[in-house]
Amino acid sequence: MRLERRTHVPLAAAALAPLAAVGLALLLAAGLIAAAGVSPLAAYAELLRGALGSRLALTETLARATPLILTGLAAAVAFRARVWNIGAEGQFYGGALLTAWAGHALLAGGPPVLGVPALLLLGMAAGALLLLGPVALRLSLGVDEVVTTLLLNFAVLLFVGLMIEGPLRDPLAFGWPQSVPVASDLRLPDLVPRSRLHVGLLVALAAAALVWAVNARTVWGAETRAAGLNPRAAAFAGVSLPRTLLGVAALSGGLAGLGGATEVLGVTGSVTTNLSPGFGTAGIVVAMLAGLHPAGVVASAVFLATVFVGADAMSRATEVPSFIADVIMSASLLAMVVALLLVTHRVAR
Amino acid sequence: MTPAALELDRITKRFGPLVANDAVSLSLAQGEVLALLGENGAGKTTLMNILFGHYRADEGEVRVMGRPLPPGQPRAAIAAGVGMVHQHFTLAGNLTVLDNVLIGSEPLLRLRSRRAEARTRLLDLAARFGLPVDPDARVADLSVGERQRVEILKALYRDARILILDEPTAVLARPEAERLFGTLRGMTGQGLSIVFISHKLHEVMAASDRVAVLRAGRLVAERRTTDTTPAELAELMVGRRVARPRRAARAPGPPVLTADRVTVVEKGETRLDAISFEVREGEILGIVGVSGNGQATLGRLLSGLARPSTGALALGGRDMARLSPRALVREGVGRIPEDRHAEGAIGELAVWENAILERARDPAFARAGLVRRAAARAFAADLIARFDIRGAGPDTRTRLLSGGNMQKLILGRTLAMNPRFVLANQPTRGLDEGAIAAVHARLLEARERGAAILLISEELEEALGLADRLQAIVKGRLSDPIPAEEADTRRLGLLMAGVWEVPHAA
Repeated sequence: MRLERRTHVPLAAAALAPLAAVGLALLLAAGLIAAAGVSPLAAYAELLRGALGSRLALTETLARATPLILTGLAAAVAFRARVWNIGAEGQFYGGALLTAWAGHALLAGGPPVLGVPALLLLGMAAGALLLLGPVALRLSLGVDEVVTTLLLNFAVLLFVGLMIEGPLRDPLAFGWPQSVPVASDLRLPDLVPRSRLHVGLLVALAAAALVWAVNARTVWGAETRAAGLNPRAAAFAGVSLPRTLLGVAALSGGLAGLGGATEVLGVTGSVTTNLSPGFGTAGIVVAMLAGLHPAGVVASAVFLATVFVGADAMSRATEVPSFIADVIMSASLLAMVVALLLVTHRVAR
Repeated sequence: MTPAALELDRITKRFGPLVANDAVSLSLAQGEVLALLGENGAGKTTLMNILFGHYRADEGEVRVMGRPLPPGQPRAAIAAGVGMVHQHFTLAGNLTVLDNVLIGSEPLLRLRSRRAEARTRLLDLAARFGLPVDPDARVADLSVGERQRVEILKALYRDARILILDEPTAVLARPEAERLFGTLRGMTGQGLSIVFISHKLHEVMAASDRVAVLRAGRLVAERRTTDTTPAELAELMVGRRVARPRRAARAPGPPVLTADRVTVVEKGETRLDAISFEVREGEILGIVGVSGNGQATLGRLLSGLARPSTGALALGGRDMARLSPRALVREGVGRIPEDRHAEGAIGELAVWENAILERARDPAFARAGLVRRAAARAFAADLIARFDIRGAGPDTRTRLLSGGNMQKLILGRTLAMNPRFVLANQPTRGLDEGAIAAVHARLLEARERGAAILLISEELEEALGLADRLQAIVKGRLSDPIPAEEADTRRLGLLMAGVWEVPHAA
């Protein structure tokens, strides 16, 4: 048995691949749910109700989708140019920490009209810097960015821990390790009153639209794709690889940093070391399920948010632990990788 | 009577509506060299892939030494003593020659590979069959000719008794090709049987005992080589007569591109050593040589990807040594790269995207940083029509084009901007006769229009047919130019062997 490259990839197959992957993941998880002694149908019904069944549930799901859209875009932008950014988690925290500090110390008391955009930009800058370093190392010394970005996640998280136990510790948090809070007038307004859904969702959607436009319509977007697909041919055609890849790094890291900034400004107001339940790594799954397409990123981010929010509700109502959400996420990534292979290749005997 | 070394019995293979092989029967005697002749797309490679087990035939049977091969199993073919040397090499560039030969030949569960023995055996095979290689060289650092030797050694290392070579000379210069055929002769003397696929008549005539001609999937003729002529084979192969265009006399204008004692050092090695040449308006300068003598660096130098360490490089009298690829294109430099798959075009992009790749920021195709898609598509459609690019629309994935049509696309986007200088690096490598004639005609048209063309070629016929003057490249050095009228294969052969250096030394 061998795999042969398809000469023609049917559009329907490419579009159906993520649905098939998700379906397979849900089927696999159903087996586990059944093993826990619960009817999978009942459990999934509970999951859907918990994630989408009420106004509050819906706002919670969309609030959870917001950072996933941004980290998903970060991964999609990078992967498209074959920059293997595994460090969105660290970039997310980097953006969150700088935003929290600046929102407390630097920009507090200023006009929010300028302060909020400035904080978002600072968050992006922090994320961008955290990826520019690894990509610059790859370009100059050939250091594999998979390793550097992956390891930076731990370094950044430890640094966040150091800061919120030390210089940035909130003295009013009753001993909780938590950063100083952002000035309240610099917080992002709620989109729906008395919910956790904030204007950050609109920021994320705008970012997705912008990334789509850059990819599909700009010369730079075309050049990044060329550089990702065939760096040698791109260089021959005059695409500067260093400039292109550093640009990709700034955009990708910036999007992840923006995710951290909006989470702080929209939801928590301060940084803790459990600010992100793995948004960075989940972003990779989001991007892969989306086939790296920005519109797909929005859809798959909402899907994963549904799974995570719904699984919490499901675990409260049934005997199934909420870890099933991680299983569904991981299984859908694996299934998607296989599905992508089968879309571009066919099995020949 | 001993059974034939290899028999193909009524092999039929269909790809959808296309019949790639239509009841093809062939046999190969032990110690024989059989040439499988046919144009690109005639079904030669498909047939050999069936024989080697890459494809499974829809009908028919393959027999080795009288015993049927299980279909679709390359391992069975290898075990039966069939070795295949692919046109596109299947080597791992970042491994050494020895590693490449060893891969897949050792049991997975063996804890240590027997490298010392393997090295001895490899060197022994190399010496016996006249295929010198350095076992510790990294494959990525080897020339194409050397890589091919590694491919052949890989097959021999696995005890191949029947060797299949798919277009073995597509990547070789004439002297290298002649040496290869000498080597193949020696192998048949030792009992090996050889099938080589080719669309080059002269080498079929020179190297084979017997010729089988495929056209449109059918075996149209079989001849003993001594009983046929190149003219007959050409007609059998194409089904009609084709002739390559020849250049007409034309007085050259002033120099367009001049190189004065240019030295290029890459990765600490002197790749080009004080080379001087000039290409004049309306003239083709041919650079001939055996692959791996600095052609790749010369190509990079004139493409804006390598810089001279010393010496002067001028375009129309102005320094061009520091220009980037984009700046060169803006200055009217057209570049046809050596390897169209690796450098010329990006297979996953649409034809229109490749058509504008070099000029993506040109105002004709970009406004305010946005791609002018309509203009780019129109440009691609125009290229497709003007350069007779078949089987493609502007939105076709470029990798679906045949080699000849991909080359026409690259040639088209290059010549469409009326360049004053054109670098044509191996412009017809791997193309069939029809496509070669088309590429040559286009280059001669550009010359007629006044373009200065530097042709780097390993094909002597091509260089002699197109170039006004010729220089040989040997170990990074260039011979003095000789006019094409004074050049013949013998003199060029001497130049390519570096013999011009002798009188200077004496």
